[in-house]
Amino acid sequence: MAFLKRSPWILHYDASSCNGCDIEVLACLTPLYDVERFGIINTGNPKHADILLITGGINSQNRPVVRNLYEQMPEPKVVVAIGACAATGGIFRECYNIAGGVDKVIPVDVYVPGCAARPEQIIDGVVKALSILEEKREKMTGEAHTKEEARHAAEAGEGT
Amino acid sequence: MNGLIGAVLFLILAPIAGGLIAGIDRKITARMQGRVGPPLLQPFYDVGKLFEKENVVVTTAQNFYVLAYLVFIALSGAIFFAGGDLLLIIFAFTLAHVFLVLGAYAVHSPYSHIGAERELIQVMAYEPMIILAAVGLYMVTNSFYVADIAAATVPAILYLPGVFLGFAVILTIKLRKSPFDISTSHHAHQEIVKGITTEFSGSTLGQVEIAHWYENIFLLGFVYLFFSWNPVIGVAAVAVTYVAEIFVDNVTARVRWQAALKSGWLAAAVLGLVNLAILSYMTIGGA
Repeated sequence: MAFLKRSPWILHYDASSCNGCDIEVLACLTPLYDVERFGIINTGNPKHADILLITGGINSQNRPVVRNLYEQMPEPKVVVAIGACAATGGIFRECYNIAGGVDKVIPVDVYVPGCAARPEQIIDGVVKALSILEEKREKMTGEAHTKEEARHAAEAGEGT
Repeated sequence: MNGLIGAVLFLILAPIAGGLIAGIDRKITARMQGRVGPPLLQPFYDVGKLFEKENVVVTTAQNFYVLAYLVFIALSGAIFFAGGDLLLIIFAFTLAHVFLVLGAYAVHSPYSHIGAERELIQVMAYEPMIILAAVGLYMVTNSFYVADIAAATVPAILYLPGVFLGFAVILTIKLRKSPFDISTSHHAHQEIVKGITTEFSGSTLGQVEIAHWYENIFLLGFVYLFFSWNPVIGVAAVAVTYVAEIFVDNVTARVRWQAALKSGWLAAAVLGLVNLAILSYMTIGGA
């Protein structure tokens, strides 16, 4: 059953963005766009989150924070990089302390372009992320099956 | 025999009814905020998803405590719908929350610990009033057994209006609704991270959710006891009470834990005790 697609919980992190994209992310939660229609909830807890929405080009101070947040999220999970800075570093890319894009630190699944990204684009990016999330879930259950079978085979081998 | 049927029906139907009520709750909340809101079955999708996710465990004991929480909540509800002793039900109910607090304390996370402390404060805040409610129902019906209270022909609400209002106050605490949703909240996802449930993920969080559904049905059953002389009025009163709770949830801001504790005890001392004092004076005077 694919419950995951119907109940994606989001973790939003500002990795040295100018706050433009963050305002647009939060705009998605307002009555105008109301993403809770799709079961989307903005949670502040990486352990409850399925999708990491991340804005900004990541500076040297929050580099370990981003990695930590990513590692705390339970599988399956996807990362959506929002805005030009999250994709490439944007106008800040020449700065001495900017990593230059989220994918320099953690793997990114969906890039949402724009400066700032529009709420419609962000929702579209999240919907794209949902199908990737579903793929990852299928792969995860498939792997669990293979592991289980391998374990059974090993046990059977020991028995004889 | 009837009791056994009641208990089994509760164990099977309460998660379904509880999930639906949670769905209606979210829909009404969304409408009050001028939004469309999630589908009616959204709580079931959420819990289904949680069981699909990886379960990140820091200390294995935490999962055991959460399972104990679920079992004891289900047990207290099952005794209730079996028509059992109200005091035993309240003790099992309290024990369940002690397990939840222990589960949150089992992990070395400051957010989880703050949530656990606040949950203990909530238990302290609602416990006096819930016991006074049981005492009040005993004074009116002469029995602590739910089966006898439900079968009584006396309109308990007319004798216990204060106790009922006090119970409504602590119901807000128990349903985890504003202004008393201090340990963890349905709405505030970023204050003290997620409070008591911060360190629970995947299927463990799913169990917390299911326990909450069981709990809500049990509490609504308790509300029904005040009106049980007339089933139609009883069901209507339960619905009105719940919608009023949703309304209060949406129009109030969260208070600090001191205020939550004071409100719980003030409700018990003023609404509960005064009502019981008048009632005992009346019955002694009458006899």
